[in-house]
Amino acid sequence: MEYRIEVENLNVYFDELHILKDVSLKIPKNAVTSLIGPSGCGKSTFIRTLNRMNDLISTFKMDGTVLLDGGDIYNPKVDVVDLRKKVGMVFQKPNPFPKSIFDNVAYGLRVHGINDKDILAQKVEESLKAAALWDEVENILEKSAMGLSGGQQQRLCIARTIAVEPEVILMDEPCSALDPISTTKIEDLIHKLKNDFTIIIVTHNMQQATRVSKHTAFFLHGEIVESGLTDKIFIEPEDKRTEDYITGRFG
Amino acid sequence: MSKWDEEYFIEKGLLLTAISSIIIIALIIIFIFREGIPALQSAGVFNFLFGMDWAPTDGKYGIFPMIIGSLGITALSLLMAVPLGVLCAIFLAEIAPANMRKILNPTIQTLSGIPSVVYGFFGLVLLVPFMRTQFGGTGFSMFTASVILTVMILPIIVSVSEDALRSIPQEYKEASLALGATHWQTIKNVIFPAAIPGIITSIILGMGRAIGETLAIIMVAGNVVQIPNSIFDPVRALTSNIAIEMGYATGVHYNALFATGIILVFMIIVLLVIANYFHYKKKVTIGGGYL
Repeated sequence: MEYRIEVENLNVYFDELHILKDVSLKIPKNAVTSLIGPSGCGKSTFIRTLNRMNDLISTFKMDGTVLLDGGDIYNPKVDVVDLRKKVGMVFQKPNPFPKSIFDNVAYGLRVHGINDKDILAQKVEESLKAAALWDEVENILEKSAMGLSGGQQQRLCIARTIAVEPEVILMDEPCSALDPISTTKIEDLIHKLKNDFTIIIVTHNMQQATRVSKHTAFFLHGEIVESGLTDKIFIEPEDKRTEDYITGRFG
Repeated sequence: MSKWDEEYFIEKGLLLTAISSIIIIALIIIFIFREGIPALQSAGVFNFLFGMDWAPTDGKYGIFPMIIGSLGITALSLLMAVPLGVLCAIFLAEIAPANMRKILNPTIQTLSGIPSVVYGFFGLVLLVPFMRTQFGGTGFSMFTASVILTVMILPIIVSVSEDALRSIPQEYKEASLALGATHWQTIKNVIFPAAIPGIITSIILGMGRAIGETLAIIMVAGNVVQIPNSIFDPVRALTSNIAIEMGYATGVHYNALFATGIILVFMIIVLLVIANYFHYKKKVTIGGGYL
């Protein structure tokens, strides 16, 4: 199996707080990997390590290696801006910019120097189609993104992320603020996207993990208890703690 | 006393305090109008507003040069203070490390606490001679007054703009960075545009202070009633006119000073309405809902 991301012996600290403890995980290429576990177990911190979003927090310290396509992303020579272009992120709360729908999707392209109107229009259309939002917004592209529903906003954020053509998409509980119908749409979208992108999704929803992902890693107190094929983890987990969690005995 | 009565009295009491400020303003405005209107009647509103000569001894009351003086000084100081203040606010809100901010913020706050007479005195002793040697003339000028005013309104613009920039949700910033934008691109394209309503508020507050400032301007502007040919000519502001002549004015002259006050109040109202309009318009464009 080909791996897109390989994390080895990752430790993350915020001040003296030891958040991730000796975490190792391999993320397969062009597939969906779910990260499950109770709140505060370090899942979000883990994916924010993969696009160096934790760099924004002044107390962040880490050791270990994080390889993207074999290259260490924490190497001092790495251009963080370039890395984040390759590793896109969709956040828990839909966070479109207070701009028009078109400008939201075009934002990433523009900051990377694409200003040609025709190219922008074409890429925006492609991205919105890929995010299954085009039919709903085709005629209101110039309207503010803030007027869309929560589910539409989240698909817009996905369109915005796809537009810059990343290799990896990190999703931090993308459906936790959405209703069941919007959630279904996002999950359908994830199925569509997995052929072209490597997707890592943090979720609190066990059913969602089984529905969307091929691989799953179970986090507990900053460690990975178990990881592997989703089917295996959910049907015959090796660790007692995994079994307790997925059967709803805690968490 | 029942619980309901208590609620009733507290609410009415609060209403009274709110109304009292309105009553005070209303009383002041009524008084200014009562004292000022006779002058407007005797000179005629048009002649008063657009008359070029202010010669109370000859019975000439034209304040147009002073309107130009006030507007000119205010515009010039905003022209310098807004870019300086907003860029400074961006630095403080986004770039300055915490330690530096701990030193810079109180320093800027201190600037706003210095009494205007101190600024005026500083301007008179240091800035006026400097302007005289650099640009010729007497050194008392519209430009000198604007420089002093710039320093005086800078703290307001910096602190209110900084608050506006800081109140932009972290989510916007993260979204932009996650798309591979640089920090500066994020500031320029996301944080700054979202903070524009608050930045406009800071400009309104600065403008209000600038147009109302009296003492510091008297000390450095030269106070000649004329329409300046250049920014290095002396001018007189509306506020200065009242302060300079109120000691000895009698009769129509006395009324004319109050009429100057009426014009000043109107100018501030008009400027506030314009500024609030832009503030509101921008908010509608940026905030929730459709454009």
